[in-house]
Amino acid sequence: MIFDVAIIGAGVVGCAVSYYLSQYELKTALLERENDVAMGASRANTAIIHGGYDPVPGTWMARLNVEGMRRCFELCEELDVECRKTGSYVIALEDEQTETLKILLEQGVANGCEGLEIIDGDACRAREPHLTEDVAAALWVPESGVINPWEFALAMAEVAVRNGVSFMPNTRVCDIAWEGDHYVIGAADTRESFEPLDRDAEPYAAAGSARGTGEQPTTGGERGKTMIRARYLINAAGVESDTIHNMVAPPSFEIVPTRGEYYLLDRTVGPLVKSVIFACPSAAGKGVTFSPTIHDNFLVGPNAEVIDDRDDTAVTRAALDDIARKACRMVPDFNPRTSIRNFAGVRANSTCGDFVIGKAAENFLDLAAIKSPGLTCAPAIARAALDILREDGWLSERKADWRGGRRVVRFKEIPEEERAAFVRDHPLYGRVICRCETITEGEIVASMKREIPPVSIDGVKRRAGTGMGRCQGGFCGPRVLGIIARESGRDPLSIEEDGAGSRVLVSETKKAVRRE
Amino acid sequence: MRDHYQLIVIGGGPAGLGAAFSARRGGLDHILIVERDVELGGILNQCIHNGFGLHYFGEELTGPEYAGRLIDRLAGLGIDILCDAMALEIMPGEQEHSLRLVSADAGYRLVTCEAVVLAMGCRERTRGAIQIPGTRAAGIFTAGTAQRYVNIEGCMVGRRVIILGSGDIGLIMARRMTLEGAEVLACVELLPYSGGLTRNIVQCLQDFNIPLFLSHTITKIEGKDRVKRVTVQQVDENFRPIDGTEMYYDVDTVLLSVGLIPENELSRAAGVEIDPKTSGPVVYENRETSIPGIFACGNVLHVHDLVDFVTEESESAGEAAAAYVLRRSDTDKVRGRDEDHTGKSGDPRQASCFSLVPDQTIAYTVPQRIRPACVDNVVRVYFRVKAPYKTPKQIVFRDGERRIVASFRRPYMAPGEMEHVVLKRALLDGVRGDHLTVSVEEIS
Ligand SMILES: Cc1cc2nc3c(=O)[nH]c(=O)nc-3n(C[C@H](O)[C@H](O)[C@H](O)COP(=O)(O)OP(=O)(O)OC[C@H]3O[C@@H](n4cnc5c(N)ncnc54)[C@H](O)[C@@H]3O)c2cc1C
Ligand SMILES: Cc1cc2nc3c(=O)[nH]c(=O)nc-3n(C[C@H](O)[C@H](O)[C@H](O)COP(=O)(O)OP(=O)(O)OC[C@H]3O[C@@H](n4cnc5c(N)ncnc54)[C@H](O)[C@@H]3O)c2cc1C
Repeated sequence: MIFDVAIIGAGVVGCAVSYYLSQYELKTALLERENDVAMGASRANTAIIHGGYDPVPGTWMARLNVEGMRRCFELCEELDVECRKTGSYVIALEDEQTETLKILLEQGVANGCEGLEIIDGDACRAREPHLTEDVAAALWVPESGVINPWEFALAMAEVAVRNGVSFMPNTRVCDIAWEGDHYVIGAADTRESFEPLDRDAEPYAAAGSARGTGEQPTTGGERGKTMIRARYLINAAGVESDTIHNMVAPPSFEIVPTRGEYYLLDRTVGPLVKSVIFACPSAAGKGVTFSPTIHDNFLVGPNAEVIDDRDDTAVTRAALDDIARKACRMVPDFNPRTSIRNFAGVRANSTCGDFVIGKAAENFLDLAAIKSPGLTCAPAIARAALDILREDGWLSERKADWRGGRRVVRFKEIPEEERAAFVRDHPLYGRVICRCETITEGEIVASMKREIPPVSIDGVKRRAGTGMGRCQGGFCGPRVLGIIARESGRDPLSIEEDGAGSRVLVSETKKAVRRE
Repeated sequence: MRDHYQLIVIGGGPAGLGAAFSARRGGLDHILIVERDVELGGILNQCIHNGFGLHYFGEELTGPEYAGRLIDRLAGLGIDILCDAMALEIMPGEQEHSLRLVSADAGYRLVTCEAVVLAMGCRERTRGAIQIPGTRAAGIFTAGTAQRYVNIEGCMVGRRVIILGSGDIGLIMARRMTLEGAEVLACVELLPYSGGLTRNIVQCLQDFNIPLFLSHTITKIEGKDRVKRVTVQQVDENFRPIDGTEMYYDVDTVLLSVGLIPENELSRAAGVEIDPKTSGPVVYENRETSIPGIFACGNVLHVHDLVDFVTEESESAGEAAAAYVLRRSDTDKVRGRDEDHTGKSGDPRQASCFSLVPDQTIAYTVPQRIRPACVDNVVRVYFRVKAPYKTPKQIVFRDGERRIVASFRRPYMAPGEMEHVVLKRALLDGVRGDHLTVSVEEIS
């Protein structure tokens, strides 16, 4: 069987493309090397829906930002994804930075932003009392906000799978060949590289199996390698997008992986900031961002460090100290000891300086080097991709029976007066599994019945929100592991914390032996 | 289940069980214990080693046995027990307090009561709180979580283990993992002394030849999917890693035993005053918090090393809660009979009060406030010192006029071992001023 379109990479960009493509009569596959969607930059970023004043006019980023921002908020509404229009400030800590604010404001206006305004330091501090007294002025960006980035990607992919797109996790694209009228993708099963369990139980579904109602790929060739055929390829492989590009076309850009590290502060520190706070870029370098999250915690970071290993999401002492120092300059009450987690994400910066969007070969479209503000732009990038496909004549027929929309029950959001009745009718929503975030068993089980079920503890975390809080899954982890095993019929020992190979448990404990 | 109780105890660990028992003995008829887990016993259920109960029961028990004794004591007393249920919110009121509970069986409901005992225990500090650089691979557990996997779920969490922090749970797990066939390579402690009980260092590390590195920490964790290697370094007096002292351990597991934090989200949301020193409620001599009718005991109040003291403390909290409820109903009766009655109801809120102020040598005291008039005979004051003392010292209580009210000798003290002293009512009556400072001093 031959797919019409194969999307390589299930980050927010690949997921957005799959969402829009699922509205057309096309056989589409979404290939991802990890065991879930949004395992790359799309899950480790600042989660900001950017206002659009930052990109230099004329770039793809500038063209797509404001449209992307507005579509993000619309999609969140449609797909029940958590987001909040918080607005943001770019703060100038010295008078000369005020000039920069003016430039940013002009750029913003050119890029189509609305409601931008420069206010003085006192006005800014009146609204954000925890900011340093050194704030001289601030650019107010009312349209921007924060989002739950992995849920956003997931929600779009779920709708895509519901409408026939084949999601193929654990499928790492290794080589690509053109065979006259279609591409043949050689894909390895990511799980093959990890040692199997000591016991017989087969921990995974058959290699290369696809989720969703779409067609199954054919297996063949070397062991563990799957041949996937598709007429049209879309490269949305994030930090690996140059590698994928180079499998098909001559090199034209190179990814410069740039890591950013963070502190996540517990909300018990109190309302440190209401809006997103950016430091004004200056000669001294870029400051950090202070941002509320969708779960009322706070993100502080990122720094920017060019690294060799594109998958290296380790955090370092030097970067964390640097971030702490800069954060204190902005919010003197910042205390790294209120941190509940540190993490890092790798930006797909490139030698090109802009997004790389366009045909690189016959039936091969790059959506490559999608750096910040790629999360914000994702829906607009996907629309741009659709325009190109349409021009090439791929989007002739819309699906008549396409089913959009998505609803998620979150116990915390059920109105007080309806909770008793709801729990009576759905008792599993009465059992709290994550005590920090008050997430119930009902929500976890529901997440496992959706179009793309989670396979790991962090997969459940990204869907239901368990383990996000101050105890970081110390309490609910074993319970979530048990629920995954029960609901999916898997051996508990096979269950991962996160990606393939990240098993939590190694064996059973010694058993008592009864002597005759 | 009723809609109204005289007392609701939140948490069915040793603290909750002790408080419910003594409140029943103190004369209350309608008591409810709410427990989140499917069974009573709290953290003791996963502590399958022995060493519990020497002080209280005078014999050595395992954790589950100790819990079993407390649970058995409640049999036939008519105390309502609701397990697999979580208290979500406490709404304090003038006349009565309300609690929101949720459970799969009992549903989502509002229950009212006259008094509440907070007995929610504590949780463990995590990696995020101490910011260990490196990857976020699987194989990093808090010691208590590992203990649950091993002792309750029957699953091993790793084969080659390093332990960060020398808290008791980490020490206990060093032995437990070794007995289960894992190799525990080292225990690494940032401070120049251990935070655990001496008996645990001897029995869990030394007896198994597991080295303890003081003034060391883990400075890097490597491994993409599962932990592969950690770097350990010595630290200077400002806890900064010293270059050139790196040691590398190829391990698949890191256990963290870096502290416990009282679980007070419910208390905070209810407006209970919290002591930043303990992260638990500020309490009076009877373990009553800043909100009348709300009491606290056990690890939610301050972290205990030994469950025996939890039991002791919870029994006084339970008794006090019972006295509070009965006193109120007496007052109500009196009021009902005589409209004009304005007389003193013996309301402890009216009584004069002084605070205990730890100086820089003392980490905290519990209670933080004492009303001498409310002390029957004695009040037990629990505290921890901030640094270890290897030679004999004295604990001195001075009043507002710097007069020594009481002093107690101790041959040896360490932050890892909670201390307590007993202050007699007679001494308290003589206190001048509004506070008593507590300090460690040389023996003069
Ligand atoms: C530190 C940081 C902060 C950021 N902050 C913001 C922000 O606040 N706002 C904003 O708008 N943007 C932000 N961004 C940018 C944004 O996160 C990215 O632009 C966006 O997530 C990119 O999405 P993507 O789908 O292109 O890439 P990714 O999410 O990285 O997805 C690419 C996917 O391709 C897969 N893949 C790679 N190679 C292969 C292969 N050979 N076979 C199969 N699959 C493969 C990967 O596993 C991955 O899942 C930030 C980025 C970083 C790193
Ligand atoms: C992992 C660990 C190991 C320990 N090992 C030892 C040891 O070896 N020896 C020793 O002497 N001491 C040990 N301790 C000390 C121990 O803290 C005490 O011995 C004792 O268990 C504390 O009693 P507690 O009732 O205050 O707390 P817990 O035993 O923790 O009980 C609190 C109970 O409250 C419940 N709860 C909390 N919040 C809610 C809510 N909102 N609604 C309903 N229920 C709720 C919890 O489920 C729990 O059952 C250990 C502590 C920990 C955390």
